[in-house]
This record gives sequence, structure tokens and C-alpha cells, in this order.
Amino acid sequence: MNWRQFPTIPELRRRLPFNLADVALLLGALTLVYGIARVGSGALVSFHPSQETSPVSLAPENLPYYAARSTLRMFIALGFSLGFTLAYGYIAARSRRAERVMVPLLDILQSVPILGFLTITVSLFIALFPGSLLGLEAASIFAIFTSQVWNMTFSFFGSLRTEPRELVEAVTLYRLPGWQRFALLDVPSSMIGLVWNAMMSFGGGWFFVAASEAISVLNHDFQLPGLGSYVAGAVQEGDLAALGYAILTMAVVIVLVDQLFWKPIVAWADKFKFERSSAADAPRSWLLDLMRHAQIPRYIGRTITPLREATERQFSKLTAYHARPIAFGERSDRDWPFDIILLLLTSALAAGTVWFAVSDVGIGETLKVVGYGLVTMTRVIVLVILGSIVWVPIGVAIGFNPRLARFAQPVVQFLASFPANFLFPFVTIFLIHSHVSINLGGIFLMSLGAQWYILFNTIAGAMSIPTDLKEMSVSMGLHRWRLWQALVIPGIFGSWVTGGITAAGGAWNASIVAETVNWKDTTLSATGLGSYIADATQAGNWPHIVLGIGVMSIFVVGFNRLFWRRLYRIAEERYSY
Amino acid sequence: MADTLTTETQRTGAAALLTIDQLCKSFSVPGKSIALSVLENITISMGEGEFVALLGRSGSGKSTLLRTVAGLIPPTTGKIELWSEAVTGPSQHVAMVFQSFALLPWLTVQENVELGLRARDVPLAQRRDRALATIDMVGLDGFETAYPKELSGGMQQRVGFARAFAVHPDLLLMDEPFSALDVLTAENLRGEIARLWSDGTFPAKSVLMVTHNIEEAVLLADRIFILGTNPGHIRGEVVTNLPRPRDRTRPDFKAVVGQIYAAMLNPEMEIGTLTPPEIARYVPLPHARAGGISGLLEVLVEEGGEGDAAGLAHSLRLEVDDLLPILDAAAQLGFAELHDGRVLVTDAGREFARADTLTSKEIFRAHVLEHAPLVQTVVEVLRSRPRGVMRRDFMLDILDEHYPEEEAERQFATAVDWGRYAELFEYEADDGLLRLT
Repeated sequence: MNWRQFPTIPELRRRLPFNLADVALLLGALTLVYGIARVGSGALVSFHPSQETSPVSLAPENLPYYAARSTLRMFIALGFSLGFTLAYGYIAARSRRAERVMVPLLDILQSVPILGFLTITVSLFIALFPGSLLGLEAASIFAIFTSQVWNMTFSFFGSLRTEPRELVEAVTLYRLPGWQRFALLDVPSSMIGLVWNAMMSFGGGWFFVAASEAISVLNHDFQLPGLGSYVAGAVQEGDLAALGYAILTMAVVIVLVDQLFWKPIVAWADKFKFERSSAADAPRSWLLDLMRHAQIPRYIGRTITPLREATERQFSKLTAYHARPIAFGERSDRDWPFDIILLLLTSALAAGTVWFAVSDVGIGETLKVVGYGLVTMTRVIVLVILGSIVWVPIGVAIGFNPRLARFAQPVVQFLASFPANFLFPFVTIFLIHSHVSINLGGIFLMSLGAQWYILFNTIAGAMSIPTDLKEMSVSMGLHRWRLWQALVIPGIFGSWVTGGITAAGGAWNASIVAETVNWKDTTLSATGLGSYIADATQAGNWPHIVLGIGVMSIFVVGFNRLFWRRLYRIAEERYSY
Repeated sequence: MADTLTTETQRTGAAALLTIDQLCKSFSVPGKSIALSVLENITISMGEGEFVALLGRSGSGKSTLLRTVAGLIPPTTGKIELWSEAVTGPSQHVAMVFQSFALLPWLTVQENVELGLRARDVPLAQRRDRALATIDMVGLDGFETAYPKELSGGMQQRVGFARAFAVHPDLLLMDEPFSALDVLTAENLRGEIARLWSDGTFPAKSVLMVTHNIEEAVLLADRIFILGTNPGHIRGEVVTNLPRPRDRTRPDFKAVVGQIYAAMLNPEMEIGTLTPPEIARYVPLPHARAGGISGLLEVLVEEGGEGDAAGLAHSLRLEVDDLLPILDAAAQLGFAELHDGRVLVTDAGREFARADTLTSKEIFRAHVLEHAPLVQTVVEVLRSRPRGVMRRDFMLDILDEHYPEEEAERQFATAVDWGRYAELFEYEADDGLLRLT
């Protein structure tokens, strides 16, 4: 059959050590390395906390640099999040004792309003890195980290606990060393969930970049070079044009990161899906295609094979398999000593909380703050209800129309990851000129970021309703309300709950920056827990900061436990296929 | 043919590769003080070069038994020894082929096959060569770089076999390796495994296979242990003694299959001198739908009112696992009698099968009330209630006394199905309410 005398063009390309794809990749890699080196060095500038940092320049030509600084922060935080996730999730999933402490702790940590902590972390990190901007840098990265990490960790933990039984049996039977089990089963089987959650977290992280780069803590104004500070500067100067440039830059950055980072990863991660046969519409990425086309990655892969082998051998030796039959379905008896320690710790914590409320801040202040909490809670509830009324019908309409959905979903995801605080100034100007109270306007400000979660979860839910059920409803002649009652509401309920819980969580966090807003010299402040925390932070009033954060955490955790978790159970028991 | 159906408690000659001595396994049930016993007094011994099958219906604990041998589940009491060494965890000498293939989807065929060698720290080049040779042996030459999901089910299971072959185990465990494949593919692969075994090129010294497919056991195994249910125990052993390669159309093959069918249909029948433990004190409902019972009786009546189970399973294209509960149910309700693998429709069964819908429901109702104590209990409780209504949980609480949770649910579901079919009561799944009709 080999009648061709000369190699074809594609064959020729394959034989050459380099092709066009390689040239493109090399150029891209060099640009990236140069960029990181250039931008990263800026973080090492010395600074004295006694002085205030130099304000950012509003000249638009500085925007690429600022954007790069913010993006670098995001990626460093993502790296830390990943490391934390793997360690925390692994320990919690492998040790029963650890699980009993670590999982509830994680649940609380993810409900705590991160922005309230900025005061504490900024002071802490400045003390850690005296005489350098690194302290501020670290505080900002830490804020982003705390916004990204929890749901990644939950996802990893959940995947580890639901590994397919026969795969676990197979790796146990073949006595895989701990390292190989981790690298060949644990991480790959959690990959899809991990990538998806990291992507969502990363999108949400922009909000915290913007909020954490320019803050005033303990009567000091701190500013890190970055997009967030640029926006803060524009607000102070009342420079609308600068604001427009910042928004444009942000949009470009989000699209670039999506194309150059997330799309290739999602397309690559597709091989970690548990499927018996390959799907027809696998996600694709031009960059990944380019990398697969190029020779260099393969060449590098071949070169480092011996190194990889040696590393694996070392790690495998350190974590050698030791015979311990796995036992499923069997529960050990109650762990009394551990129970008692836990009980003591919890009681001590509770007693400390009560003592703090009574002696440090007083009952009156505590009750006042709880009252503020109720006000902000009302805003959150109104937001979820209004958001649902507006976005659920639209989401269902999009989800029922596959062609529209393919177009709309990335747009909605873009809107969800766009930091809403970039848009706050426009609403603030509107509120100032129309004399609408910030007490009402605050709801709108909070919903700028939060509402999109309701929309895109609804779209996903509507898309996941099986086609045969949709066809059945059409053939039965179900229309309007009957259709919603019989198919749509049960079909999207679970997704809506997910959207609602995320929107509510986002809104609580946003209340800290949305209940107090500025434009030039005008400050609008709403009554509520968010503005209480913001004020206490600015004034450096520690007991009030702690009280505010504590009360907000209790509100969020309580709301999740008493309301959302019940809805989840209903969704799982009644409305699952 | 009686000589094929013997018990050999002691094999002579071959050194004991595997000995299982008085093995018992019970699982503790959450919230219950009594443990659920799944395996009782299992004693098996096998030597090098033997192909042994464990044949049993679902609930006979055969997969659990295989996993205790694999060292994946610790036994509650009793001993398992491999080459006279106690099994305390997965052994170097053992490999396993899984029902669902258990391939890692993110590894290529070659990487999957290398898995066991990699864990044993076999150097890269050697690992490659051995994997390639094994892949070649199972007929997957050219698919080394493919991912499992690109392959058909049959080819995926070939990878499963190759992975086990690659470590050259002394004992290969197979957990229903063909049951997740479609009929033709399974037949094809089974034939190839049989050929490798009879050619003497099989890369494992001996095989212990779990199956519920009688023909499969007879086609492959030298010895077949028949397992009984509730709890799993060994009812006896069949030595097949058929020449290899085996031909399922030959009369001696068919005779062995027929005899095992008879033994499996009739739980009281003595197979060997190993006495089964006493029969459960409580008669559970076989898990068969009322519609299935009536359908089966109609087929039987059309075929003259009798038939043999093996033929019936074949003509209905049912696995024996699916057919047996239906036959059991028909027998329990007095619609059929089972004798040595043959099914006889009773007069009542004939009447039931031929009657129009209304009459047939009446007949069913009468028989259910007479022969199915659980349905009877439900009706009695409902009648004693002022509005004839009862919560599902009440019934489940009673059942939980007698069965583990999952089985209690299944008993309840069967009782509800029969009761609904007999129009004795209604059941609203949404609020879990039973109501007299």
C-alpha cells in the first residue's frame, strides 16, 4: 500500500523538528516569562508603612502594567488555593478524625465574609514584611485566596469520597504506593470538578482584587498598583473617562485569561471524565490544538521521562504500599476521647464568644448589630427574590433554545466574573443625582455581581432537562403555567438552589463594599451590617470589627443551615432524575 | 451422569495454592445490634493449574467471597491462606478482572496495562515490553495509545484482562468478567479465554471465577462450587470432567448444565455431603413483579403447561438470575411447581393465565392473601386502622426487625407491587401512604 514516493506535506511537517506551531509557542512562552519577570519585580519596591503609598497614576498607558499586576496576584492566589485544596482535602478525606473537624470548619470558613477580614490580614502581613510592599501584596493575595479556595477544597474532598468503588479496589489490589494512588486515581478523578470550581472561583476573585488593592485600614490609605487601585483613584478624582478605560481593560483581561488559560485547561481536562464512550461535542481550545500540533512539548516530554521516572520512584518509595485491607460498610465504634476534646473546645469557644459580647462590646451594641444584620438580610432576600423573578424565566428561555444557549452561556459567565465594583461608581452617580436612597439602591449594587449566578445556573438546569421529557410535554399539549408546574420548576429546582445560595453568599460579601459608596467627596451610606463593618474597619475599631464579622458569619451560616440546606434536600429527594 | 455431581472435599496431588478454612463474613448494620451474615462456613481448597468457579444467585455473597480472597475485605472469622501464608491484604500473587473493567479512563491502554508493574517498581523498558506483549496476546495490537473510552466494551475488558495478565499472577480472580458485555461480545471473549486456558498459554497459574451464568461456569471451570443464599454458604461442588476445548452442543455438556439448573432451582436439593445451614425461619417474598409472574405463566401455558428452566431462560432471553425469582414467586403463590429443574403449571396457574383481566386479578388476590404472609400482614394492619391508612415507615420498621435495610426496602416494594396488582391497597409514593381500596 505504500506507493507514495515522497512524504506528503503533513508528513514532512511531522518529521521536521520544528513547525509554525512551535515558533508561535516559543514566542508566547518568552513573552510570558519576560512579562512575569518585569511585573513581578515591581512588587519588591520598598515602602514604609508610616507613609501612605503613592497614589496610582490615572494615565491610560499605565493600564497594561496595572492589569498585569492584578492578574499576577490572581494567579499566585490560584496556586496557593490549589496547594491548600490538595493538602486539606486529602487529609480530611483520609482521616476520620480530621474529617469531623475539618469539614464543618470549611463550611463555616466559606460562609464568612472575606472582606471583613482585610483589616486583620493587612495589619498582620505588614508586620510580617516590614519595610516592603510585600506585606500589602501578601494581604491582597490572601484576600483573593480566601475567596477562591473553599469551594475548590469542597469539590476535591467530595470527589475523593465518591471515587468509583471498583477503581479503588483495582489500585488497592495492585498495591499502588500512596504517591501513585494520589497521582493516578485521586487527582485525576477529581479533575473535572476541580477545574470547574477553580474557574468559577477565579472569576469571582476579580471582585476581591478590586476590593483589596485599595483600602483604608486603621486610618491609613493603602494602595497597591493594580486595576482595583486605578478604579479607586478614578472614583476619588471623579474621572469618568479613566473609569471607562479600566472597565475596557478588565474586559480584555477576562477574555485573554479565558482564551489563554481556562479554555485549554478545560479542553485538556475532558479526558478525566468518567464516560464509557467518547462524547461528540468535547470542549476545544485553539491554544491546546496548537500545543498538540507543536513538536517542542513532545520533545520536552521525552527528555524529562527519565527524570519523571526517578521522581516517581522516590515518591513511591517514601509512600510504599503497606498492607491494610480497606473496609467499606463497616463503622468503627464511637471515638469517645476525641468526642470529649471536641466538646470541650466547642464549649470554650462558645463561652469566649458570650464573654466577648457581654464585656468587650456590651449587650446593647450586640443587639444593635444584630438589628443591622436583619436589615442587610432583608436586602439579600429581596435580591434573591427579585433576581429570580427577572432571571429565571429568561434563563429557562435560553436553556430551552440550544443555539441561543451556546451563544449566551459564555456571555453570562463573563458577566458573572466581571467585578461588579467596577460598575459601582455609575450607580453611585445615578443615586446622587436621582436622590434615590442608598438603602434601596444598595440592593441594586449588591445584585450587580450576585444576580448572574441565578441566571447561569437556571440556564444549566433548563439545558439538563432530558429532551424526551421536553418532547413529551409538547406532545401532551402542556402550556404556560402547566408546563412550568409539571416540568420546568421540578427540572431547574436543584440548579436554582445552587444559584440562589451562591448569589446570597456573594451578596452578603458585597454588602461590605455596597452599603457604603463614594464619588469624589460624596459618601452614601446605608443602614446595615455591611456599612457597619466598613465603618469599623476604616476607624480601626477592633471590637466592632470582630463583632460585625461574627454576627455576619452567624447570619450566613444560619441562613444556609436553616433555609438553603432544606431546599437542597428537597431538590435531591424529589427533583432528581 | 450422577458421577459428575459429587463432592470432593479433599483434592489429592496438587499443592494447596489457596485454602479457605471455615470463613465467615458478617457486616454490622448501622443501628442494629445483630450483624448481617453474608458468608457462613466457607471451606475451599484449590491447587495450581485449576480453574474453579463460584456459581450462585445474587445474594449468595460470591463477590464478597472473591474480595476476601483478594485481601480487599477482611474476613470476620476463619482463615484464608495463599501458598500457606495468611492473607492480610492484597497479595503479590493475585490479580483481578473486574465486572465493570475498572480501567482508569485518563490512562492509555498501555499505561493501564502497566499499572500493576509500575506499582512493583519494574523498570521502564522492561515494563513497556511486558505490557506490549500482553496487549498483543489479548488482540489489542495497535491500540496501545488509545484511551479506554475510545474502545468498545469488549475491547475495554480485554484491557482489563491484559492488566491482570501482565503481572503473571499465581491466582487470577475474575468477578463476573463477561456480564457487563453484550451477548455476542461476551461469547467471543469467553471463547478466547477458554482457548488460552486449554492451549496452556494462559498467563496465570490458576483461576477463581465468580459467575451466575451456568453455561459459562461449565464452559470454563474444572470444578464448580454452588453457593446458596441467606447467608451465602457452599451447597456442594460439581466436577465438570469434560474434555477441552468444550463444545456446548454436546450432550454431556448439556447434561451437566441441566443438572446444575435443577440444583439451583431447588434450594432443598442435596448436592453434596456438605450440609447447608438450616433454612431461614421466615419466608421472604421473591423479588418478582406481578406482571412478570403472569407473563411467565402465559408463556408456559402456551407451551403446554410445562417446561425446563434452562430452556425457558433461553427462550425468554433471561439470565438465570432474573428468571429464578419469577419462578420462585409463581411457586410460592401456588401457580407452579418446581421439580428437578422442570416447571409445572398448576390448575390454579392455568386458570390465572387464561382468565380475563378482572378474573385474573381476583385469582391473584386470593392466592396472594393465602400464600404471601407479608401482603396479608399489610392488609390486616390497614383494616385495623380507622381510615384504612398507614404510613410506609410503619411497615418498614417492622421489616427492619427481620431484614437488613436494603432488603427490607425490596421486600416492601415487592409487597406493594403485588398488593397493587391484586387491588388490595393503593400506595402513594409521594407521601408514603398505604390506603385500602
